[in-house]
Amino acid sequence: MKKLIFIMVILFAGALIAQPSADEIIKKVDANTVTDSQIAISKMIIKGRRGSRTVEAKTWQRGSNDSFTEYLAPAREKGTKMLKLGDQLWTYSPSTDRTILISGHMLRQSVMGSDLSYEDMMEDPLLQNMYNSKIIGEEKILDRPVWAIELTSKKDDISYDRRKVWVDKDRYIILKEELYAKSGKLLKTIDIHEIKKFDGRWVATSLTYKDVLKDGDGTQMQLDEIKLNQRIPDYILSKASLRR
Amino acid sequence: MLKFLFKGLVRDRSRSLFPILTVFIGVALTVFLYSYLNGFVSDMIKSSAHYNSGHVRIMTKAYSQESNQSPNDLAIIGIDPLIQNVEKSYPDMIWTPRIKFGGLIDIPDRNGETRIQGPVSGMAVDLFSKESRERKFLNLDESLVKGRIPEKPNEILIADDFARRLKVAPGDTATLLSSTMYGSMVMTNFVIAGTIRFGIAALDRGAIITDISDIQKSLDMNNAAGEILGFFKDDNFDSKKAYRIRDSFNEKYKNSEDEFAPIMGALPEESGLSDYMGLIDIASFVIIGIFIFAMAIVLWNAGLMGSLRRYGEMGVRLAVGEEKGHIYRTLILESIMIGIVGSFLGTLFGLIPSYLMEIYGLDLSFLFEKSSVMITGVLHADVTYETYLIGFIPGILATVLGTSIAGIGIYKRETAQLFKELEA
Repeated sequence: MKKLIFIMVILFAGALIAQPSADEIIKKVDANTVTDSQIAISKMIIKGRRGSRTVEAKTWQRGSNDSFTEYLAPAREKGTKMLKLGDQLWTYSPSTDRTILISGHMLRQSVMGSDLSYEDMMEDPLLQNMYNSKIIGEEKILDRPVWAIELTSKKDDISYDRRKVWVDKDRYIILKEELYAKSGKLLKTIDIHEIKKFDGRWVATSLTYKDVLKDGDGTQMQLDEIKLNQRIPDYILSKASLRR
Repeated sequence: MLKFLFKGLVRDRSRSLFPILTVFIGVALTVFLYSYLNGFVSDMIKSSAHYNSGHVRIMTKAYSQESNQSPNDLAIIGIDPLIQNVEKSYPDMIWTPRIKFGGLIDIPDRNGETRIQGPVSGMAVDLFSKESRERKFLNLDESLVKGRIPEKPNEILIADDFARRLKVAPGDTATLLSSTMYGSMVMTNFVIAGTIRFGIAALDRGAIITDISDIQKSLDMNNAAGEILGFFKDDNFDSKKAYRIRDSFNEKYKNSEDEFAPIMGALPEESGLSDYMGLIDIASFVIIGIFIFAMAIVLWNAGLMGSLRRYGEMGVRLAVGEEKGHIYRTLILESIMIGIVGSFLGTLFGLIPSYLMEIYGLDLSFLFEKSSVMITGVLHADVTYETYLIGFIPGILATVLGTSIAGIGIYKRETAQLFKELEA
């Protein structure tokens, strides 16, 4: 009997040790998300009330703060560039040959008509910096066991006061996300359809980003190509490269 | 008889002066307030029609549900055939496409970098067609402060207050940052042709006006427009006609389930003025009612005082055999004459400030500085045919009413007592 109790205690303790805390899960999610650098080619398929259109872009990203995006298609957007350095965002349009700082209410505008706003682009991708986390359940998504975690903001000046994320238990990647306003209203949803492994990291290669307050079927984002931990020359992440 | 009564009124001024003065003041105030209210409504209708909704407005069904946000992604595509169609069906109207858009105006420094920015609300109208009346509707030539009206593509007019805030002048370049019809961010360089003062706070804070072809090109809206506005050729809003045109147009599309099918709305509903206009109609009646009531009480009192003063006269008239009804009727006739004279003078003196206010206006723009209502800051009166007649209603009604009540006392006089009273 004593042996049985001893074994049960060991098993229970083992189970406690095996179950990471919400903060640990989010740290691992962040570690999987943020790379030293990456170069990616992606597509946004924007489904609006008048049909859909596809926008293609190439992005150079360094760390979690700096990125440079050049739009490749369609013809009307080709050559438009965006540069994010820290908390500042510039855009360049070849037709006007102007570089403009996007600020104020323009940050709330949608990126190329998608369900994503510039504010979304400006967010710190490290969840641990912005939110406190709490495990609220365990479920299955895409046939994979996940933790449902509630994130509540640590700061006031944050776009989404609360988030719910569903994290793959084995791969530490978010498979579903819901973003809420301070009032508790659901604003946006993200559903991952496909993930792939690149250089030992799990990356979402197909997902749907939906602004719940907008009509349409959301924006499908598709990652066509990604190279992780590439050397990105300094000139690319500079304002001079916008006009280049 | 009338001549006799009139002479009596002229010779015995204590009988006519106070009642005429009362009617005169009341009628003058009624006439002025009526023309002021008329002017207020008329200014509001004109501003709303010219700057916002036209006398009627065609949009897509989807756009009409969110029209206050000017959602250009839901704009009408294929405006040329639609305009040809309505021009044929409703030849009494002028049809003109417009695009309202929002965004950011960015002013570059010497190096092409952002010097200053400001949020902007823009209106793209037909400035270049010879037959276009948009310059007149928007009062552009009179509102021009500096520079000139755009003559070439990619020129804009900018609100003068906004231009001062951005520290720009005609000839400077301004980049518009906005969204295409399909949601993409777009930048377009414009040259500031001139600055204007709309006199409408909501527009003076940050509006630009450009030719519609430039914005169609910039916002990827080829042969598209957010709205097609219809104006009566004489530029006077006729509510009945507007609703008739709306109903006949909408009848053609009533079975369409396409959210991009066109739909027409009339000015009161489109500008949100219908309740307001109803309220002002009621207010006019209330004002006139108050004046009738107040003047009737004053004139009743005057009539009572007159009866006391003319107590002896009435007694003699009754004593010599004049019927009570006849005396009562002569008093009413006298009151009608007083009413007519007082109303005439009151109308005359009410019309003078009304005409002055119609011509020069009353500048209350400081009250509307933070307003988002499409109304000019300079209020005008509006003198119409009704203004000439409106004062006669309270003027005559009040005198007749006051005298009718005061005159009842005649019927209370006892013939048997008359000689005793007269002896006394």
